[in-house]
Amino acid sequence: MNETNWGLERVSVILGNTRALQDVSLTLGPGSVVGVAGGDGAGKTTLLRTLLGLLAPSSGTVDRPDGDAVGYLPTGSGVYPDLTVDENLKFAAGAYGVHGDDYRSGRDELLGRTGLEAAHNRLGRNLSGGMRQKLGLAMALVHRPRLLVLDEPSTGVDPVSRSELWRLVSDAARDGAAVVMTTTYLDEAGRCDAVCVLDEGVVLLQGHPNELVADMGGSVGEATQRPDTPYAWRRGASWRMWSPDDFKSSGVRSVVPDLQDAVIVAALRRRHETNGVAA
Amino acid sequence: MMLADAGGVSKKFGDFTAVDGVDLTVARGEVVGLLGANGAGKTTLMKMLLGLISPTAGRVELFGEMMTPDARRRIGYVPQGLGLYEDLTVAENLQFVARAFGVDPPQLGDLASAKDVLVRELSLGLRRRTAFLGALSHRPELLILDEPTSGVDVIARSDLWDTIRATAEEGSGVLVSTHHMEEVDQCDRLVVMAGGRVVLAGTMDEIVGDSVSGTERTERFERRFAELAVA
Repeated sequence: MNETNWGLERVSVILGNTRALQDVSLTLGPGSVVGVAGGDGAGKTTLLRTLLGLLAPSSGTVDRPDGDAVGYLPTGSGVYPDLTVDENLKFAAGAYGVHGDDYRSGRDELLGRTGLEAAHNRLGRNLSGGMRQKLGLAMALVHRPRLLVLDEPSTGVDPVSRSELWRLVSDAARDGAAVVMTTTYLDEAGRCDAVCVLDEGVVLLQGHPNELVADMGGSVGEATQRPDTPYAWRRGASWRMWSPDDFKSSGVRSVVPDLQDAVIVAALRRRHETNGVAA
Repeated sequence: MMLADAGGVSKKFGDFTAVDGVDLTVARGEVVGLLGANGAGKTTLMKMLLGLISPTAGRVELFGEMMTPDARRRIGYVPQGLGLYEDLTVAENLQFVARAFGVDPPQLGDLASAKDVLVRELSLGLRRRTAFLGALSHRPELLILDEPTSGVDVIARSDLWDTIRATAEEGSGVLVSTHHMEEVDQCDRLVVMAGGRVVLAGTMDEIVGDSVSGTERTERFERRFAELAVA
């Protein structure tokens, strides 16, 4: 890795008796937003905590900038409920040694960009979920970090606040920060410059979202009844199915797959191939 | 007959109007998505349908009549926090719910191997599955779900949606509150709330246009939503 890129190189982490991460590599560069996707227990938070130095890898290497150059939004926002918006920001700035005019100009700019000016005197406990996440993000940005680490920034956040959060994250990347964020939603991961999908601690898929769809192989079809294959899943009122071959001869209607389909197919293949189920 | 039929329903808390003249129906066989920013009135509306709070004005009919204790027996509900007892096992949680409704505990199916595990030790995916099984054990005709699949992996999410769609196909109606495109796309039609009112109702294709896919679909949805939420 060169000196402006950070990330993980072949990292494994063991927690108790569980291999929480296995041989995971991830490159984070200035100006790009990397999404880490997966469900509960997939290893997303372990990955971020290892990157931050809060967990030690059992093997592999971790590169990150010095502590003061990292901004971190933990799950649940990290906002203090008994402090006001201003006090939360001031506390975060003070912790990173940002004071005086630097702090005041940063605060004014962040309050403006997050739309929190009118709420600057409100206690953390009285903020809506979306406002709390925006404040948490402002607290992570107040010292202009070079690496921004966001743990499920949009969980419980409505679509309006979510698009505002995305704008703040994109602005931070445009200003040169390397950004890594976790999410359980693939429509969100699909907006990142690169995505790493974890499943039970291993990398299921990794790359640009469009490449992952283009490289999935086989065909995705749609059916109105449950198809007789283990490679089938629900999509609204109908079903989708995957086959290593095309569906021309079988009369199944082919559809253009998206990232969600690509990840489901990869997860099903991993599960079934482990259990020896053929497509 | 509608399973749920709210007409001009309002709820005030002091001077604050949480729900303001809302019309909403859920018919047999359909999955209706309820959307709105935090504070738009979704949870208050759901609680009125569940009979947990009473409206200040308007009417709420369930199964063709005004709310009765018997109606509650015909509703299944999975709250956002799932409502499970963490110190009880999967089987004990399901027995408890079944007994409360006076029915036999449900078949465990793919949860059989976890039946003696305390809920606190389960993954979120299995917790959600347990809550679903409990909410469905008395074969409700109306199922109300608050963000039913957040936090779980794609296969668990697809399995949960399979259960939801199968419940609708068997003739029940489902009302789902959600924020996320992957869930929105699973619904037959959507009702969008802002400031306590319904500001938009229709299918997803009607809302974003039917030839739009992928990231652009998500972005259009968010833009449309943002326009409505400030309106």
